[in-house]
Formats: sequence, C-alpha cells, structure tokens
Amino acid sequence: MIALAYESTIDIGGMPILVRSDSAEFARILGDRYGNFVHTGGTRPAFELEVELLPDGVPCPDQDVQVRKESDRWIMERGDFRAEWDTKLRQGWVRQTANPYSIDGVLRILHSLILAGEGGFLVHAASAVRNDCAFLFAGVSGAGKTTISRLAPGDVELLTDEISYVRPAGPGYDAFGTPFAGELARIGANMRAPLKALYLLAQGPENKIEAVSEAAGVQALLRNILFFAHDPELVDNVFQSACEFVNRVPIYRLVFLPDARVWELIV
Amino acid sequence: MSAIYVARGTKLAGRKIKNQMIIMTARDSVLSSLNELGTTIWDAADGVTPLESIVEQKICAEYDVDRAEALKDAEAFVRDLAGDEIFVVSDQPIGTSPTCVKSRESHAAPDLQA
Repeated sequence: MIALAYESTIDIGGMPILVRSDSAEFARILGDRYGNFVHTGGTRPAFELEVELLPDGVPCPDQDVQVRKESDRWIMERGDFRAEWDTKLRQGWVRQTANPYSIDGVLRILHSLILAGEGGFLVHAASAVRNDCAFLFAGVSGAGKTTISRLAPGDVELLTDEISYVRPAGPGYDAFGTPFAGELARIGANMRAPLKALYLLAQGPENKIEAVSEAAGVQALLRNILFFAHDPELVDNVFQSACEFVNRVPIYRLVFLPDARVWELIV
Repeated sequence: MSAIYVARGTKLAGRKIKNQMIIMTARDSVLSSLNELGTTIWDAADGVTPLESIVEQKICAEYDVDRAEALKDAEAFVRDLAGDEIFVVSDQPIGTSPTCVKSRESHAAPDLQA
C-alpha cells in the first residue's frame, strides 16, 4: 500500500485545490510551477485531487482533450493524463507522469467546470490591476495579450498575460491573478481586484478605444472563454454567464500600437 | 409543394440582445447570430405552424418581399441551421415545440445568421 503523503494546496481564484501524491519530487515540481499560488498547509482546501504518478513514458499533450459528464462525475482525458472529478464529493483523481503540464491541463479544466456553476469563467485574456481596479485584455493568440502585458508601466500589477480568472462578486466581477502564463513565461500576481472593463484587443495604426455593441461583446467574449465540454447544461451555464457579464461590465475594442502610450488610455 | 414544419432545437443556449439573437449549440459550441428576419422565424417556430404560414403572416405581412422568394429563402435558412441542430425541420407537425433554453427574463431564442 502506498502512503500518499505529499500534499500541496494550489489556490487559484480563491478556490484552493489540494493535490496529493506519494512523490516528494512531484510536490517540488508543483512548487516550482505554481510559485506563491502553492501552500503546503494552513489553507482549508475546497477540493481534493489524488495524483497517481505513472512511470515515465511518452506523453502526448497535443492530443485533443476529451471531457464528458457521467452522472455526477466529469471524466477528462488527454494523451498525457486521465482524470475523474466527482462534483458532489468535490474530489477526484489524476493519472499522469511526474510533469507540470498534465496537472496544469487538469487544473484549467477543473477550474473552468467549477466556475461555470457559479457564473464565472476562465478566458483567453491578459489582465492587470491599476489603481485598485482590474482590466481584461482579451484576444486569440497573436492579438497582443503578451505585448500589452510587456508594455505595462510600473504602477500596474499583472494578473496574467494569457488566461484570466473571473468570478462574480457583488454587483460586478472580480479578476484574480493566475499562474497560467503565456509567452511572458511569468506567473501572475496572486491578488484580486474588482473588474472595471474588458478590452477586446486589435492592433492598429493608433491607440484608441471604440464602442462595442452588447451582442458583439457577447460573441467576442464567448469566443475567448475556455470551454472544454459539450455538455448542454455546461454550455447553457457558460452562455448565460457571458451574457450576464456583458450586462454588468463595460466592453470596448482597444486598438493599439505596440507602444507604451496605450496604457495612458487604461485608467 | 408539401408543408414544412419548423421547431427550435433543444440542445442549445440563446438570448435575444437588443434585436439580435445569439445562439450557441451544445454539440460543438457553434456560435450563431440571427438577423431580424431570422429572429422572426425563430420566434414563430413552434413545430405546428407550417413555414409557409409563418412566412405569410410574419414576414410578408411586415416586409415588402415577394412571397415565393421569401419562402424559398426561409426554407433554405431553416434547413441550413438544421444542420447545426438549431432548428428541427419536418414534413409533419413536430408536436410540442421544444424549449430552446432555460429562459430568463430578458432572453429569447436565437436569430437568423447575421
């Protein structure tokens, strides 16, 4: 019998998930990967994951991820991992080799599923805090998420340059820092702030902010929300969450030059 | 020409925003928006009213369009979106019209593709 002894709590978006394995090396990998998003004690976890580490093999993380629901369980599979998640027990398991990429994929899926049930979402967007307010900068790969993050002046705290974490809070939403980094390869600040605006990124010949219709905003937001399963209830939850978000948070198109002056518009 | 009956798909989410209906399918997360005419057909797609009647009563009565042309366009439209399971099309009445989504107050159903 293996003694599952090494526990790390990865606290992203105010949702601490305890990850347990029998490997000190894997716990070290988690510490390196998630930095100050990891606690080794003291934080009461909201969810638990048992990780069964497989012998080294040839993982295929490029294979399409498959996520499906069977009764109260979500089943998640990719070339490099298989995982199950019981929504009622709030616990699950993962089978993978000792690497940070597989658990990262599982955590992204898990958070997106958990958030869908409470009106939040993970979205392809950089985000940052300025003057105690958060701003999202959404766009597909190449739209400029990393560029605008690199251009941020010293009074700006970066939450992420790739995947933003959004949860309802009071009459609006909060944005949280995440360790899900893009080209910047730097995990975000572990903090939260009320969301002031969402900007849809578009590179252009000058820096300017343009109005976006509500319908266009919903469509743009939905195109950027991380979405792993084709479950009808989940699709409806995410769709309605996007519509509610657009009702409550101003959305603009931010046309910008790769120039630090664009941040003069973000206040 | 035999009658065509149209009902809204069941495995999708949708909401009417201003005059534009936005729909997302559950099967493959296809995102569609319907224009004003498409929304009119969507709203009337109860599964028991023939498409021809919908075109006559809801489109020809409101817009200056040729009836035959409007019916042809409407049929092409619903058959196209039936491929994404946004509509169900049949040559028989479809019975109880499936509800498209869990409705909320300000939602409606999706529109014709804009």
